[in-house]
Amino acid sequence: MGTTLHRAFCAAVFVFLIAPILVIVPLSFNAEPYFTFTEGMLRLDPDAWSLRWYRTVAGDEQWLQAVVNSIVIGVGATVLATTLGVVAALGLADPRMPGRRLAMGLLISPMVTPVIVSAAGMFFFYTSLGLAQTHVGLILAHAALGTPFVVITVTATLSGFDANLLRAAAGLGAGPWVGFRRVQLPIILPGVVSGALFAFATSFDEVVTVLFMGGVEQRTIPRQMWSGVREEISPAILAVATLLILFALFLMGTVEWLRRRGGRPA
Amino acid sequence: MARALIRGRGGAAAGLRAWALVVPLAAFIGVTFVAPLGAMLTRSVHTPVVADALPETLRLLGGWDGSAAPGEPVFRALGQELLAAREARTLGQVANRVNRVEGGLRSVLTRTARRLRTAAPSPEAAPGAGTQPDATRTAGAPAPWRDAILGMDEAWNEVATWRAIERAGERFTGRHYLHALDLDEAPDGAIVAQPEDLRIYLPLLGRTLLVSLAVTALCLALGYPVAYLIARAPPDRAPLLLLLVLVPFWTSLLVRTTSWIVLLQTEGVINDLLVAVGVLDQDGRLAMIYNMTGTMVAMTHVLLPFMVLPLYSVMRTVPPEYMRAAASLGATFPAAFRRVYWPRTLPGVAAGCLLVFILAIGYYITPALVGGRTGQLISNMIAYHMQQSLNWGLAAALGGILLVCVLALYLAFDRLVGVERMRLGA
Repeated sequence: MGTTLHRAFCAAVFVFLIAPILVIVPLSFNAEPYFTFTEGMLRLDPDAWSLRWYRTVAGDEQWLQAVVNSIVIGVGATVLATTLGVVAALGLADPRMPGRRLAMGLLISPMVTPVIVSAAGMFFFYTSLGLAQTHVGLILAHAALGTPFVVITVTATLSGFDANLLRAAAGLGAGPWVGFRRVQLPIILPGVVSGALFAFATSFDEVVTVLFMGGVEQRTIPRQMWSGVREEISPAILAVATLLILFALFLMGTVEWLRRRGGRPA
Repeated sequence: MARALIRGRGGAAAGLRAWALVVPLAAFIGVTFVAPLGAMLTRSVHTPVVADALPETLRLLGGWDGSAAPGEPVFRALGQELLAAREARTLGQVANRVNRVEGGLRSVLTRTARRLRTAAPSPEAAPGAGTQPDATRTAGAPAPWRDAILGMDEAWNEVATWRAIERAGERFTGRHYLHALDLDEAPDGAIVAQPEDLRIYLPLLGRTLLVSLAVTALCLALGYPVAYLIARAPPDRAPLLLLLVLVPFWTSLLVRTTSWIVLLQTEGVINDLLVAVGVLDQDGRLAMIYNMTGTMVAMTHVLLPFMVLPLYSVMRTVPPEYMRAAASLGATFPAAFRRVYWPRTLPGVAAGCLLVFILAIGYYITPALVGGRTGQLISNMIAYHMQQSLNWGLAAALGGILLVCVLALYLAFDRLVGVERMRLGA
């Protein structure tokens, strides 16, 4: 009795979590400019379903530019965040490091600071450096917001790394760099890639710093969706949303696959 | 002794090496993240615009007795500096700044500067005809700037106008923080609360804390049973159930917010469904979005995975034997749960609650899109002052207050759970 109730409750919560995401997918194939199911769609009339909104998006210069911007900024921020984050995690993984907790607190802080506060500060500071309304400015901003994810995932992976392997490599004549590249990096790679994907997803989904600091030239996909939802509501954003869901599934699948392979929770 | 020394020295070297690896990122975060926060906090107390634009006017006002409008030198300095500010295109900022101290002065400043451009007295100009006599005027001396400016706007004859310029000229001010806390400085310098009906920010901050608390409680109530189910599920089913939490976690925030608009709006899927099955009639459609309901529902949906995932990662480490042992010793399920299971999951509860609460009080995107007029939170006010009213000092002060709230919670989180134990995903 208790378990049945518990299961029913959990099923309801799962529906709450998933249904809103699933409902978008069929609606993006609406032949009419509505945000709801038309009678034709419910009758499964083929004329009521169409790829119209996908064609709209594919032929829209603004959306295409947004895709390019999102990728350029996302990849730039990810490379920066991952490089710095992995190096720092190697240091943080050493239990002999003094002030480790303090350093960790500082490095994680961008993740727990409300984005509105970070974005306001970045707007003031980056404007004074002439970096507002530039791709470089947004890459730096997104890299800062993404590094905590890299640090967390990579330190978690490193906690399961056997330091004796590095000693063995050194005993066989490998210098520190060769030891890292040939022995340590291949073992922690799943954690590194997970962290990088988290950092990319952070940048790819970030809109507040783009709203504050980005100009017309820096419009990203979420920025474009933001105007879509606020100004000219059209099912074209549902088509984009569906594509973003597929992309999220791909990112999630990769991270989960790496997690299984790496064997360590991150 | 010697061995301890050697190990100590080796430890110090290793510690140094560890720091050398951390320093690049620490420096990067320092420049790209901490410095901007510093810039924001500076902005919240630093107001150089008027001081930079009207230095001579302010210097001369320092010797003003404040009993009546000042004399010719001050008017001349003001006139020349207003013209220079107009030339340098900073006049708008100056006028806005003064206007925030005393409403209505923006147009006085811009209008005066505009008229001065065509009608500024030349340095040697004689006093214009038809000027009224004035007690504070040095008898007999010509006062062309004073006469010209007074002729352009009566406001320059008011002591309050000059007081406002004097106060707007302070380089450092706590006024933004007073404003952000619904306080005001009375003319005699006393700090007083705003009248009840003019208070905006404290009620909004209160509402933000209340909504965050409610969303956290909702997430815990929905998330705890779910995390428990996943943690106790057989190994072949658990990953599948976990996916149902991870999919929303990875899905774009904008996508999820759009989904709720599609579902909840008056012409949306849920209302259509309720009308179709006859629960509602056409005119009785529910207003579930663009208000507080919309904000709460969408926020709970967005933040729920942040509760479930830390809970699950802790629950997974609680051996199921403990509950069985408690049951075999005669404990009923509620007693065993309360005395054995719940205490062991507390680190997860603390982590999930603080994470959700911290994310909730800084929430911006979702309330902005689905909150309508009544579902706005403090973040939306910050964005409003950043982008629309352009009162950046006030935005910075509100941001500073929010930052302090979050910092306090973060430190509490670190003490209770430890940031290094933070886990993402499962």
